[in-house]
Amino acid sequence: MSNSLEQYLNLYRDLSATVDQGSAPALNRLRGEAFDVLSGTRLPNRSDEGFEKTSIDDMFAPDFGLNISRINIPVDLAASFRCDVPNLSTLMGVVANDKFIPTDTLLRNLPEGVTVMSLTKAAIERPDEIAQAYGSVAPITNPGVALNTLFAQDGVYIRIGRGVRIDKPIQIVNIFSSATPLMAARRVLIVAEEDSQANILFCDHSRNDGSKYLSSQVVEIILHRGAAVQYFDIEESSADTSRYCQMFVDQHEASSFKSNSSTLLNGSTRNEFNVNINGQHCSTGLYGMAIASNKQHIDNSSNVVHCAPRSTSNQLFKYVLDDNASGAFEGNIEVTPNAPFTEAYQSNNNIIASTDARMYTKPQLLIYNDEVKCSHGATTGQLNAEALFYMQARGIPQAEARTMLMQAFMIDVINTVTLESLRDRLRHLVEKRFDNTLACPTCKGC
Amino acid sequence: MKDILLKVENLHASIGDKEILKGINLEVRRGEVHAIMGPNGSGKSTLSSVLAGNPAFTVTEGSATFHGLNLLDLAPENRSHEGLFLSFQYPIEIPGVSMVNFMRAAVNAKRKYFNEPAMSATDFLKMMRQKRAVVELDNKLASRSVNEGFSGGEKKRNEIFQMAVLEPQLSILDETDSGLDIDALRIVSSGVNKLKTEENATIVITHYQRLLDYIKPDFVHVLYKGRIVKTGGPELALELEEKGYDWIKEEIDNKF
Ligand SMILES: Nc1ncnc2c1ncn2[C@@H]1O[C@H](COP(=O)(O)OP(=O)(O)OP(=O)(O)O)[C@@H](O)[C@H]1O
Ligand SMILES: [Mg+2]
Repeated sequence: MSNSLEQYLNLYRDLSATVDQGSAPALNRLRGEAFDVLSGTRLPNRSDEGFEKTSIDDMFAPDFGLNISRINIPVDLAASFRCDVPNLSTLMGVVANDKFIPTDTLLRNLPEGVTVMSLTKAAIERPDEIAQAYGSVAPITNPGVALNTLFAQDGVYIRIGRGVRIDKPIQIVNIFSSATPLMAARRVLIVAEEDSQANILFCDHSRNDGSKYLSSQVVEIILHRGAAVQYFDIEESSADTSRYCQMFVDQHEASSFKSNSSTLLNGSTRNEFNVNINGQHCSTGLYGMAIASNKQHIDNSSNVVHCAPRSTSNQLFKYVLDDNASGAFEGNIEVTPNAPFTEAYQSNNNIIASTDARMYTKPQLLIYNDEVKCSHGATTGQLNAEALFYMQARGIPQAEARTMLMQAFMIDVINTVTLESLRDRLRHLVEKRFDNTLACPTCKGC
Repeated sequence: MKDILLKVENLHASIGDKEILKGINLEVRRGEVHAIMGPNGSGKSTLSSVLAGNPAFTVTEGSATFHGLNLLDLAPENRSHEGLFLSFQYPIEIPGVSMVNFMRAAVNAKRKYFNEPAMSATDFLKMMRQKRAVVELDNKLASRSVNEGFSGGEKKRNEIFQMAVLEPQLSILDETDSGLDIDALRIVSSGVNKLKTEENATIVITHYQRLLDYIKPDFVHVLYKGRIVKTGGPELALELEEKGYDWIKEEIDNKF
């Protein structure tokens, strides 16, 4: 079997000095170890447990270019600002391919105690801070993480100071723009200090329809005692975009973490959500919405590990699959012997709207003590024919009725977004998505 | 005599391999009220579903003409636009679809069908308010998901509210009285009467004479085993109330 890593290892062998040059010592520090890990392994493929429906090896096999020499690729930033969330003023930064670009408003309006900046710049200006946190949550032994670590030259660094609560969401726009195929190793590091609070919104866009893109993104999030972070992620990329996003979260006592991830437009996507609950009285919410038509492929995989007592986790992932789309969900909850009085719930509900769409679901519970309340469940079905007829009988054309039912199906995931302006925005995007009027390459009306 | 609004001839319909309607004949003119009665399971709801276009049933024989149109050729939504309304015996709950969005979609789809522009938000809300008054439907219900958590009676009221909004030419009310308390029965039937004109018509499916005290039928039909086996005036309903269906069943079962 081919090993897609070969080309990356060769590339690194040839250009390691250039990679380092375009970055900072605190990030370069881990590359050697990453290289060693990758030399002795391969990327997961469909024969590996947990990757039955998505081969990372295949995803990384094509020869994408990597902008290791940090050549300036012109990106139409003005266009990305149209992706701004109306009625929701945010502190916005842009990741153009793999380069962090702050906006003027971001630079001017950052409140005291809040950092949103280039990871490389932070690694140069505050090396100790970065060295301590970078790579501390995402295990470098994981092949995806190792590959990302090998090539990540820049990224986003967000730090919310102790006791700081910011109302304004921080928004990062990931944007692909290149005339030739391109891979971006994106890295995100978020540290929420004690009792801090923040809303962080990511959205993924791809420009230049027809260009093939691959994003390798590793997100590390550390929540110290009492911190509360809501993390939103909306992918509106393109059919030619592949995305491998791995999130690793480390929760300390009484922290609360909520992730809300929506895949609206994409090519092939694999999202991994790994949460370690390392303190008591934490709450964790992982919510996901996947809407796929044509040949879109969406794979979400969660792994919530309760390592401390008296915490609660909730997971809800919903899919609507049409045409030839395929979806996969694998959800793991692990309750360790050290985590009595855990409450952990998971559910996955799917609608298959066509005869050719496919859904694969695998909910799993691993419980190693008796004092727990846990449940999991998965359902896959079709649109309710009776409801459809009722709506048609009132004059609503079938296509519109179907759209309304699909939208309605997603409502409980949308409602997990507590930020009202964002919830309205998401509802609107979903409506447009089902109307087939959500088209990102031009960012019209988005 | 007024024009014929609906003409059903020798209508047969099945679900799966099971034939339920076995040759229905029915003629409804504008301005008329027809009552359809009959024992449980005789095919009353099936007839209304088939006329409204429920794809669960297959028409195997016969025809239905609705003011000159071949009704059976039309998609359910177009039957609605053309003026057919079915008040469901069991209205469907649709979690996540708000009453307001549901009605707006219905109203604007009909306007689009007749090449009219969508209704403005103000006009729409004003109309909703007026129509709610027809059946004294609580404003609170209008802000919920379609029928979700509505009581049995509230669902029936909601059906007539929708009828008021859509202003159909032919309304089929399938057991609209079941589940209604005495006050609600009066309110709902007076709502139906308010919507009654010389130009439209109503088919009332019911088990009880008491509804017919409010909504006075011109004709009463008895549906049994998929056929209309008896037709009479309002007095037939009184007779059925008194004697039950056994005498008709006997008559028919001996014949076939
Ligand atoms: N979806 C279905 N699948 C199978 N059989 C059905 C279905 N719907 C109706 N039937 C059958 O068709 C027959 C007629 O049912 P229908 O609901 O039309 O009766 P009805 O006259 O409306 O009765 P009721 O007075 O109880 O409302 C019954 O035998 C019923 O069981
Ligand atoms: Mg019935």
